[in-house]
Amino acid sequence: MTPGIDPAAPVVSARGVRKSFTTKDGAVVEAVRGIDVEVRRGEAFGFLGPNGAGKSSTMRMVGAVSPVSAGELRILGLDPAVDGPRIRARLGVCPQEDTLDNELNVRDNLVIYARYFGLSRAVARERADELLEFANLTDKARAKVEELSGGMKRRLTIARSLVNRPEVLLLDEPTTGLDPQARHVLWDQLFRLKQSGVTLVLTTHYMDEAEQLCDRLVVMDKGLIAAEGAPLDLIRTHSSREVAELRFAPGQQDAALPGVEAAVAGLRARVEALPDRALVYADDGEAVLGAVHDAGVRPAATLVRRASLEDVFLRLTGRTLVD
Amino acid sequence: MSTEARTPPSAALGAGVALARQADYWLTVARRTWRATAVSSFLAPLFYVVALGVVLGGFIEADPDQLEGASTYLAFLAPGLVAGHAMQLAVGETTYPVLGMFKWNRVYDAMLATPLTPTDVARAHLTFVVARVALACAVYDVVLAPFGVYESWWGPILALGAQTLTGAMFATLVYGYSCRITSEAAFGVLFRLGVFPLFLFSGAFFPIENLGTVGAWVARLTPLWQGVSLSRMCCLDTLDAPTALANLAVLLAITALGWRWAVTGLEQRVAR
Repeated sequence: MTPGIDPAAPVVSARGVRKSFTTKDGAVVEAVRGIDVEVRRGEAFGFLGPNGAGKSSTMRMVGAVSPVSAGELRILGLDPAVDGPRIRARLGVCPQEDTLDNELNVRDNLVIYARYFGLSRAVARERADELLEFANLTDKARAKVEELSGGMKRRLTIARSLVNRPEVLLLDEPTTGLDPQARHVLWDQLFRLKQSGVTLVLTTHYMDEAEQLCDRLVVMDKGLIAAEGAPLDLIRTHSSREVAELRFAPGQQDAALPGVEAAVAGLRARVEALPDRALVYADDGEAVLGAVHDAGVRPAATLVRRASLEDVFLRLTGRTLVD
Repeated sequence: MSTEARTPPSAALGAGVALARQADYWLTVARRTWRATAVSSFLAPLFYVVALGVVLGGFIEADPDQLEGASTYLAFLAPGLVAGHAMQLAVGETTYPVLGMFKWNRVYDAMLATPLTPTDVARAHLTFVVARVALACAVYDVVLAPFGVYESWWGPILALGAQTLTGAMFATLVYGYSCRITSEAAFGVLFRLGVFPLFLFSGAFFPIENLGTVGAWVARLTPLWQGVSLSRMCCLDTLDAPTALANLAVLLAITALGWRWAVTGLEQRVAR
């Protein structure tokens, strides 16, 4: 065993970790304001939050690229301030924006990246072909990166992050900007990786992605952790089972709300008014719609759905995830 | 914590190992660009030497004493021109291409997610730039040979060392500058207030004594003059040991400082 490497150590352990930096005009930005996180080996762990919550700053610290401003951070049991290269040798990083080399062909992007990890040319080529297969890009091996679709580029970036056979894969907003079909292909690949024992640490502002992929997650807001747990537990703790959505004709919601509140008063329901719709949290959504209808309130459209992480986020922060 | 983060990572790779791991990347870049480099390093000197040295220089009749020992204006001009060219090439290679590594193609983001450190990445990039400057200056020096501007066969070889060192000095300085800016607009300032005045007034085109006593001393303090002076003394076989050693010492000292400036620039940029 390599000295200094503890196999039982959590993959990520953060205590009171902060990140602040000074911008060009002298303002101090506190991107992360003291977070405690522990990621266990083999799990899929998510950071859920809106843009600007501090997720990407956290990922750059976990990736042993950006030093922490305060607090204690250990990655694979090692201190990134001392053992950065040793940590990065065991991580795979899939950044938010693709950092592929547009001037190289698809396969060379993998081969040259593999060389940074010290793999011989022969091994690098072998690994590149394996990963092209994994990413369904074998027939694009000689294509220029520019010719790839957004989904293909993402798959290539993920393939590249696997050249060193990492123990931990960091994914920053892995499916942002992809169409639904490409997202499902990617989710499937990530699930396969997780099955093969790779620890996944990802950020997302998509609640469905977090629910699909994460065993556990933290909800981040304004540089702090607002809640932590398994997706279903978080929903159970912070939301009702169902949500009834009521949409009113433009300008009529404010007038209708008191009627809605009165109608659902007996149903242990909670009413949340958003700019474009009213949400009624209750265990039985259909019962809410019935009560509202009986009270003579007529929304333009209604919908009953299962509560999601979006509702958890709204409850915890008073804001929606995607503005 | 910031002091802790500044201590060199104990697990860092050796310099040679890190360079070898990036060799394939830079060789690919070289393969992509060598033709353009070769053509421009061949044509640029030819145009300059013909226009300034032969045609314009034909009007200049001066005593060799006034031309720092050169028998013709062309022989005076050539070594300084190559040193100035080394500076321009080094600056060109460390402005947009370096900023692009952060801003446009984000190749540095990818490299720094691997075991490579900012020091490794800066060293490999600057090695590539210096190699390219050396190659371009070598072509330049060869193109100049038929014009009879060298006093000895070994002179231009020594001069190539001085020219390459001049390029290395500017490469490190401008690399550090490019790491510290956010917009390419800052390059305009660098070119207008740095590169052009240096190119014109560092003794490449006329003896710095022509600038007057004060002007000559200001010129002697500029980094480019050190390279011009050393390059010229080598080509004209007029090496004066104290001056040559002083030039060499200044070039080496600024390059050493420039290297620290470049590495800290990249480290700070990445630490955000």
